[in-house]
Amino acid sequence: MVLLEVKGLTKTFGGLTAVNDLSFELKKGEILGIIGPNGAGKTTLFNLITGFYHPSAGTVFFKGEKITGLRPYQICKQGLARTFQIAQPFANLTVLENVKIGAYSRIPSNKEATQEALRILETVGLHGKRDDLASALPVGHRKSLELAKVLATRPEVILLDEVVAGLNSKEADDMINHINKIRKQGITILLIEHVMKAIMSLSNRIVVIHYGRKIVEGLPEEVSKDTKVIEAYLGEEYILAKNRRA
Amino acid sequence: MRNNTEKTIQILVTIASVVFLLILPRFIGGYFLHLITMIFFFTYLGTAWNILGGYAGQFSFGHAAFFGMGAFTSTLLQIHLGVNPWIGMFLAGIAGLLLGLFIGSLSFRYGLRGPYFALAMLALAEMLRLVAVEWMAVKYPLGITIPLKGDSLLYFQFTKKMPYYYIMFAMMVISLYLTRLIENRRIGSYFKAIRENENAADAIGVNVFKYKLIAMAISAFLTAAGGTFYAQYYLTIEEESSFGTSVSIEVLLGPIIGGAGTVFGPMVGAAILEILSEGTRNFLGGYSGVHLMVYGAILVVVIIFLPNGILGGLQTAFRKLSKVW
Repeated sequence: MVLLEVKGLTKTFGGLTAVNDLSFELKKGEILGIIGPNGAGKTTLFNLITGFYHPSAGTVFFKGEKITGLRPYQICKQGLARTFQIAQPFANLTVLENVKIGAYSRIPSNKEATQEALRILETVGLHGKRDDLASALPVGHRKSLELAKVLATRPEVILLDEVVAGLNSKEADDMINHINKIRKQGITILLIEHVMKAIMSLSNRIVVIHYGRKIVEGLPEEVSKDTKVIEAYLGEEYILAKNRRA
Repeated sequence: MRNNTEKTIQILVTIASVVFLLILPRFIGGYFLHLITMIFFFTYLGTAWNILGGYAGQFSFGHAAFFGMGAFTSTLLQIHLGVNPWIGMFLAGIAGLLLGLFIGSLSFRYGLRGPYFALAMLALAEMLRLVAVEWMAVKYPLGITIPLKGDSLLYFQFTKKMPYYYIMFAMMVISLYLTRLIENRRIGSYFKAIRENENAADAIGVNVFKYKLIAMAISAFLTAAGGTFYAQYYLTIEEESSFGTSVSIEVLLGPIIGGAGTVFGPMVGAAILEILSEGTRNFLGGYSGVHLMVYGAILVVVIIFLPNGILGGLQTAFRKLSKVW
């Protein structure tokens, strides 16, 4: 079953086309990775899907319904939530209160929202830090908090924007485990990531974008060998040089 | 366990302070009664501002618009249509609320943030003040005086200070209790989320526009009702003390100094400011404007050393201490 369908999505900023006629589908239960060099339009794509930007053209369907034009909070309430590339904690609030704000989107009562938030903090390993201010957390914990806030909104699909990047190798392994656990709970995941170890081990399929266009879509092992992908990352020269040597 | 004892202590302290403040007027004279009434009054106004400015983070520099709206609404209704001032107070609140929704939907719809919102509010208050100046120059050149009815609870006028003390005390307690209610509920968490990071709040399901308007409505309603109290206390109003920029500043100084975004911050701030301003007026009364210089100096010191106000600074200190222990 297709949960999220992106059709002909385009976004121009003045003369620059950041996302260009992009289409793909996200099926229930899978992890779809999105990769591409810096400036390829990955984060713009997330902003378009979650209502932070209005597309210049194209449509996004979630569970068969059009969600383009809705505000981010409405899209979140429908069950599609995202994290930010640079963690956006509510800095002067405690870790618990940060997660409670996410939980409140489904649970109006203070007591139950607190319980829900504590349960989620347990799963992401931040339970011991619940009374700390979010501003006091190191970067690894901030990424976990970002994830916890989103999980608290009980999403069906989550869009993760570089949640592994910037973590040390132990933290990265923990985060990969969290993401696997989340998938096992039945949440479908769209993943932007630069860390190849993460994207290759987690993704069922990968979409590669370059200059806002989809250049390749396929299984991780196919994508990693594709000449167009290598060209996008390392440049034409690299391919030519390699061929000459061979 | 610890939470329970903390709660008991809180309740006991609250009851003790309420009882103390209830019997206090029996032991003090008219001057101190006035002083404390003014502390209550600015605590009340600061608390109203605090809901919008301290919790929801929308820094209003023009709360005089609501205050003056309230004072003028109830007074004019009373003079021209004979509306009872208690009902007038409620209607004043509604008038303030509608004005708040008007300016709020305009500024928030177009995404005015931070200083731009503050300036929009300042402009609103100034506009209303100028309208009042022009209009009153023709009709009420000496200000609007409320006809005297003697001591009358029904007409919200008293020859003694004591009844005003109790009325303002009640209004202050209600406003503080309301803040407390808001703080521990979803609405309070949403206000704080908007203050901290609007985009992040939007992303996890907070209807930012709606909750900003709610904060605005509550804040404007309370402030306007305060305007009616002011009119009934002095029984005369004019444009400067209703819509003037000095009103806007006095309303927000309390919470800023005491601690914006805390329940009791406005009270701490109002107490310090009122006592200081009375003190400087008494001891340095010969030099006009000195108390304003003292205000300014305190504000500078607080903003540099305690950017979250006195209570905000104490909270941070306690947090650090509890880590050490």
